[in-house]
Amino acid sequence: MKRTRTAPLAAVLAGLLMAGCQPDADVQQPAEAVPGSVLPGNFPTPVYALEQNSPDRATFELGRRLFYDKRLSGDGTVACSSCHLQPAAFADPGRAFSTGVQGRLGTRNTPPLQNLRWRRTLLWDGGASNLEVMPLAPLTNPLEMDGSLAGALQTLNADAYYRRRFAAVYGEGPINSQQFLRALAQYLAGLTSANSRYDHYVRREGGAFDATELRGLAIFRANCASCHATDLFTDESFRNNGLDRSFPADSGRAHITGRRGERGLFKVPSLRNVALTAPYMHDGRFPTLGAVLAHYDHGVVESATLDPALRRPDGSLGIPLSAQQQAELLAFLQTLTDEPLLTNPQLGPPQ
Amino acid sequence: MTFRTLSSCSAAILCAATALLFTACDDDNETPAKGKLNVEFENVAGSQPLNFGSTYTTAAGDPFTVSKFNYYISNIKLTKTDGTEWAERESYHLVKQADAGSRSFQLTDIPAGEYKKLTFTIGVDSARNVSGAQTGALDPLNDMFWTWSTGYVFLKMEGNSPKSPTGNLQFHIGGFRSPNNTIRTVSPGMPAGVTVQVTAKKTSAIHLQADVLKMFTGPNPIQFAQTSNTGHSSDPNSVKIAANYAAGMFTIAHVRAGE
Repeated sequence: MKRTRTAPLAAVLAGLLMAGCQPDADVQQPAEAVPGSVLPGNFPTPVYALEQNSPDRATFELGRRLFYDKRLSGDGTVACSSCHLQPAAFADPGRAFSTGVQGRLGTRNTPPLQNLRWRRTLLWDGGASNLEVMPLAPLTNPLEMDGSLAGALQTLNADAYYRRRFAAVYGEGPINSQQFLRALAQYLAGLTSANSRYDHYVRREGGAFDATELRGLAIFRANCASCHATDLFTDESFRNNGLDRSFPADSGRAHITGRRGERGLFKVPSLRNVALTAPYMHDGRFPTLGAVLAHYDHGVVESATLDPALRRPDGSLGIPLSAQQQAELLAFLQTLTDEPLLTNPQLGPPQ
Repeated sequence: MTFRTLSSCSAAILCAATALLFTACDDDNETPAKGKLNVEFENVAGSQPLNFGSTYTTAAGDPFTVSKFNYYISNIKLTKTDGTEWAERESYHLVKQADAGSRSFQLTDIPAGEYKKLTFTIGVDSARNVSGAQTGALDPLNDMFWTWSTGYVFLKMEGNSPKSPTGNLQFHIGGFRSPNNTIRTVSPGMPAGVTVQVTAKKTSAIHLQADVLKMFTGPNPIQFAQTSNTGHSSDPNSVKIAANYAAGMFTIAHVRAGE
C-alpha cells in the first residue's frame, strides 16, 4: 500500500500544477512521474529509500545530464553512458571488458544499471556500499574515466549552465561534491526495471506466458531462484559459481574483505534484461546464455569456496539441465526483457 | 530577535503567552551554563616537532621522513568528574599536518563543569563509512576516501625510508569490517591531578600530541623492510598499526585554563 501511494499523489500534484499554471490543461498530456518515484508493487523494500533523495524533476534531469557528460572523465572522452548503454539495459553489449579513456581496457564486465535503489552493495565485488558514492569508483579508475572528484567539480563549476541548474536545486554557491553525487544518484535510482512481460504476468496486468515459458518459469523457480531470488532476481549475496579452480587474477569479494573464504565470490547478478547483456559473468567469458546454462549443467569446477548450492548429494557439481529444460529456461529468460527501460526517452541522452 | 517581535506585537494574547514563557524560564532557576573548549593537536616524532622532510628514526632503528600525515578524530566525548558524559554532535574532524588550521578546533555548547576525561575515535564510525555523500570533514574530496571500496582512510602517513624496498612509505589505515576493523577509540590520560574547567566565560584548551613514531612501536613493532605500505581497507597490517597508534600515539601534553 505504502509503495503505491506515490503514484496517485504525484498525479494529484501534477494535476494541481497544471490546473494552476496551464489554462488549457485539457489539451496537455498528464505530466509523467519522475523516473524512480514509483516503487513497483512486486519489489521488496528499497535500500535507498525515496526519502533519502526525494525524486524531483530538476534533480533527476541534472543527474541525467551528468550521466551523459563525457567532460567528467580525465580527458573528456568517456561518460558513464559510454559503457552503460540504454538499449542494453545500461550494460555494454558484446564486450567482455569495456574501453575507458585512451582505449584502456577494464578488468570486469560492465554490469547493467537497473533497480540500483534495491542494492545493498554495488559492483561485482560489492566494493561500493552506497549508491551515492558508487560513481566515484568508475570516475577515478584509471582504466575507466580516469578522472577525479575535484576535476569533475571544477568542470561543473566552470559551466554556467550547470551552475544555474544546481543553484535552482540546491541554492546558490559553488557546486559541491554532495550535490554532484546526490544528483547523479537520483538519476541512477530512477533506472527501474519493472515492466517486463514477467512483471505484467506476476502482477496480473495481462499478458500470458505460453506453455514453454511457464515450464521455463517452473524450472527457474526450482533450480535458480534460491540465488536469483525475488523479483529483483538476485539475493544480493556473493557466491563462487564454479568458474575457476583458483583466482589469481581476480579474487572478487575477497579483494574487498580480505577474507580467504571469500576468494572467487562475486555478486549474484540480477537476471533482468539478461537476454541483452551478453557476454556473461564478471569477466564476460560466456558469449551466450546457452553457454551459461551449459556451464551450470556440466562446467562447474571444484574449488575451496565453491558455493554449496552447486554441490549435489552424490558429490557431483552443478545444476543438471536437459536440453529441453535449457531451451525452456531460455524462453523464460526472454520474458525478463523490459522494453520501456530500454526505450524510455526520459532515461536517454538529454536534449 | 524575540524582543523586536514583541515590540511590534499588537496581538495581546501572543504577548501574554510570551510573558508566560519568560516567567516559566525564570522559575526554572537558570538555563544551565554552556561553555567552549579548544582542542589542539601537535604532531611530533618522539621528542621532536614533526616537520615534513626531516629525518626521524623508529624504535627499530629505521630512518624515515614524512611527507603526509592526516587523521580523523571523531565522536568526541567529555566526562565530568561526577561521571556524566557530553558528546559533540556531528563530531568529525580531519587533522592534517599540512594544514595548520585543521590542527585545532573548538567544541561548543558544552555544559559548564569540571571534566576529567576526553574520549575520541581515531577514524570514522562504521555507519558514516557507508552513509553516502557526506560534507565537511567527511567530504570525499578530502583525499581520505577509498572509491573502489567504500570507506574512509582513517589515518594516512606517507614518506620515505631507505629501509623500504621501494624507498617509499605509504600507510593508509582504514577498514571497518571484521576482522580488519581499524576503528579505535581512545581516552588519553589527563596530566596527573588536572581537570578541565568549562565555564560560560572562559575557554580552556586541551593540547594533545600525536607521536608518529608510535605507529611503529607498541604491540606490533614495524620494520619498514617488511612493512612499508598498507593501502587497503582489509589489510591485516593496517590492523597492526591501528593497534599501535591506539596504544599511545595520542597524549594530552597539557591543559590550558581559560583566561
